Amino acid sequence: MPIIINDTSLDVPADPRVTLLDFLRHHAGLTGTKKGCDHGQCGACTVLVNGMRINSCLALAIAHDGDTVTTIEGLGTPDAPSVMQQAFVDHDAMQCGYCTPGQICSATAMLQEIAAGWPSDVSTNLDGDISASAEEIRERMSGNLCRCGAYANIVSAIGEVAGRDRV
Amino acid sequence: MTGQFTQDAPETECLLDSMRQDVIGKPLVRIDALAKATGTATYAAEYPVKDCLEGVLVTAPFARGRITGIDIDTCLACDGVVAVIDNEKLIARCAQGTAGEAPVQEVRKVAYWGQPFALVVAETFEQARDASKHLKITIQDDDLSDIPCDPQAVEPENQQYSSQGDLPHAMTEAPHSVDAKFTTAGHASAAMEPHAAIAQWDGQTLTVHASLQMLNYNISELADAVGLEENQVRIVSRFVGGGFGSKLGISAETVAASLAAMQLKRPVRVAMSRQQVFQCVMRRSETSQRMRLAAGKDGTLQGFGHEALVSNLPDEQFAEPVLQSSEFLYAGDNRLLTLDLARVHRMTAGSVRAPGEAVGMPTLEVAMDMLAEACSIDPVELRLKNIPDRHPMKGTPFSSHKLAECLQQGAEAFGWDSGLRKPRQRREGEWWIGTGMASAARVHNIAKAKARVTLNPDGTALVESDMTDLGTGTYTILGQIAGEMLGLDPSNVLVDLGDTRLPRGPGSGGSWGAASIASAVYVACKAIREKLTKYANVTEGELNLKDGGVEGGASFAQLLGDKELREEGHYEPGDIEDDYVAAGFGAYFAEVRVNAFTGETRVNRMTGAFGFGRVLNERTARSQCQGGMVWSIGAALTEALHFDPRDGHLVNCDLAEYHVPVNRDVPELEVIMVEERDPAASPIQAKGIGELGMCGGAAAIANAIYNACGARVRDFPITPDRVVACMPD
Repeated sequence: MPIIINDTSLDVPADPRVTLLDFLRHHAGLTGTKKGCDHGQCGACTVLVNGMRINSCLALAIAHDGDTVTTIEGLGTPDAPSVMQQAFVDHDAMQCGYCTPGQICSATAMLQEIAAGWPSDVSTNLDGDISASAEEIRERMSGNLCRCGAYANIVSAIGEVAGRDRV
Repeated sequence: MTGQFTQDAPETECLLDSMRQDVIGKPLVRIDALAKATGTATYAAEYPVKDCLEGVLVTAPFARGRITGIDIDTCLACDGVVAVIDNEKLIARCAQGTAGEAPVQEVRKVAYWGQPFALVVAETFEQARDASKHLKITIQDDDLSDIPCDPQAVEPENQQYSSQGDLPHAMTEAPHSVDAKFTTAGHASAAMEPHAAIAQWDGQTLTVHASLQMLNYNISELADAVGLEENQVRIVSRFVGGGFGSKLGISAETVAASLAAMQLKRPVRVAMSRQQVFQCVMRRSETSQRMRLAAGKDGTLQGFGHEALVSNLPDEQFAEPVLQSSEFLYAGDNRLLTLDLARVHRMTAGSVRAPGEAVGMPTLEVAMDMLAEACSIDPVELRLKNIPDRHPMKGTPFSSHKLAECLQQGAEAFGWDSGLRKPRQRREGEWWIGTGMASAARVHNIAKAKARVTLNPDGTALVESDMTDLGTGTYTILGQIAGEMLGLDPSNVLVDLGDTRLPRGPGSGGSWGAASIASAVYVACKAIREKLTKYANVTEGELNLKDGGVEGGASFAQLLGDKELREEGHYEPGDIEDDYVAAGFGAYFAEVRVNAFTGETRVNRMTGAFGFGRVLNERTARSQCQGGMVWSIGAALTEALHFDPRDGHLVNCDLAEYHVPVNRDVPELEVIMVEERDPAASPIQAKGIGELGMCGGAAAIANAIYNACGARVRDFPITPDRVVACMPD
């Protein structure tokens, strides 16, 4: 079975050592997904697999045979950016931009996790509604490092999208 | 045609203030934001190149000695391997910022654990990575007990000594004094994009896509390293995934990829692993420091002493300039400043964001907090009292000085509770709450720069330079400068950077990028305006340009017909550098909570007020300030390089063990940009921003920790164990 990446089917690589990250960057030509550490420590390689965020550097491509992968390129384009991409632009939620695709993929899935009621370390209760407060956003986005230090703007960008979604 | 400007005197009249487009300073969205947000901005390793081979660096697993043999057959037998490059031109260390020549190249003479010595090249990355693990070498490593790895254990070299008056006497006589020792840990730049390069050789020209900060120097370094003339080398760095000093000079991947491409006549890509970036690029030296402050009854400084010990590898010139702002920040007639350098076998020490002040200012500002307590004076008041009129030793005037305004405006915005302060006044549950403040200071740097500007008759313009944008906003501000000067909406200005085929810019580093390159663009635009005055038959003062032509008059198409106007602007700092002390100043205020039982510190909120001359883009400037404040949090609480004392290897060489601040570590950050023009700093009256945000901020947090819980920790980072150890019963 192939891997479906942004609506395109690609055969899994012959070499079982190829990570999903390297498959995206080297085989699929989708360099929007970044390699920051290759060890699941920085979040720059975050993509959505079947709608859930994962570190693609920690996944082997062959293990995702048949899965649907959405990368930053699949979320939106310069001509038609997603709401989250536009919010990052509007809030200057980036500097060097290298962590940005991972931040945006992560944030996109993270808001769905909140909507689904998944609690986090800062949630006051384990069931019931969870609001996309700044505190929740900070905690849930802490797997995505930004060395330039754009965190404050990242939180406000995501907060804007969360607020818009609620209306 | 060329416009030339050498600054020998303050530029009190700046054309930017009388232009009509009204875009300078405005918070325009950064030009490249959408490309970055959609993953279409292309970084060094991401250019689609046909038949590209993949290279993986191999590094030495010992701290000092010789590699006596490399058995490349062990590697060549592996699947897909094309070659093992163990060329004598490989570089053993990265080049220091502005070196302009190849760094040490004797790769078989190992001087630190993790030194690169070979490159394994294969058809795929997986093959190269696997084969690199099989490369067999024979070594002659020195006995560990003979290798100096601990800076405290070697006899240091003196790098800087300046003395005035009699500090020891002042310390004895003064009614109030502080004499305290500090340490700060080594830091890593840890830019998110690991160092990477793709090299291509066509038999004539070496083209390298690399992740570098200073192409104007890097081209000389690379040409020198691989044995080519500069005109045979082209470097392209259009997007750089963070630098923070680590990409000032070339490093091993760029040279290795180049040598491999030249030897194999195929393109070669080399990206360092994150561990390699930590192990063989640059570290900020750890420091040990002694601060001595002597003050009169009212807190007026009479004595000021700052002594520091830093380290570096043998043969490296760089010594972390810890005392840089201590030279002029505060008054005091009796002064002693010394900087010593210990030679140790750890990887190269070099520039990491705000070299010097990043670690010198936090210690000074904690000492000032201790002095404020000793004198029973409000810490803000103590600083205001001790702002000197002139450089305390040289007597030179300040170009512009906004420390007092920063202290006052910052205190007001933060809601600083002035007056006498005592620790342990506020407790919420198991958390002690407290506040602290510190001054910020960072020397102003500026460099010569060239840029070319073309004004097209269709009302568009092109700005070109080999300058880089590390995320600082260079693309955006240059569009604003040209737009303001030529009466164009910045969306009609194309800014083309990061290619050595373009005029040589200053490179990005030392916070000098914006002021230097924007001055070159300013000079080029002035020259274009001078031509335009002839077309429009007016004087410069009458040339009002707006929205693609003369305001209320002819468009550029009508004025120029089909002729474009092109000028190169050359900016050079002149004698003015000797006549004034130029620096950025600021103040930080922080509120923290400290866990009474675990010693964990969390930053509740932080305010920074900064004066850095003209603001070129309020949005990107604010982001720069915030970034610096985040680094202040890291330096205060978590960031430390740890070396194994047994074999000198860096223990925490990845992002799980070297703790940069994460999102949850960073609260709301309030930034105040204090109105300032500095006519002596640059013709556009701007100074640097990027580093100022972390030049003392760690002290605001340290002082807040003391105010919260009474633990006066003098070792950075202030980890929970250190807080607990210093916490009063």
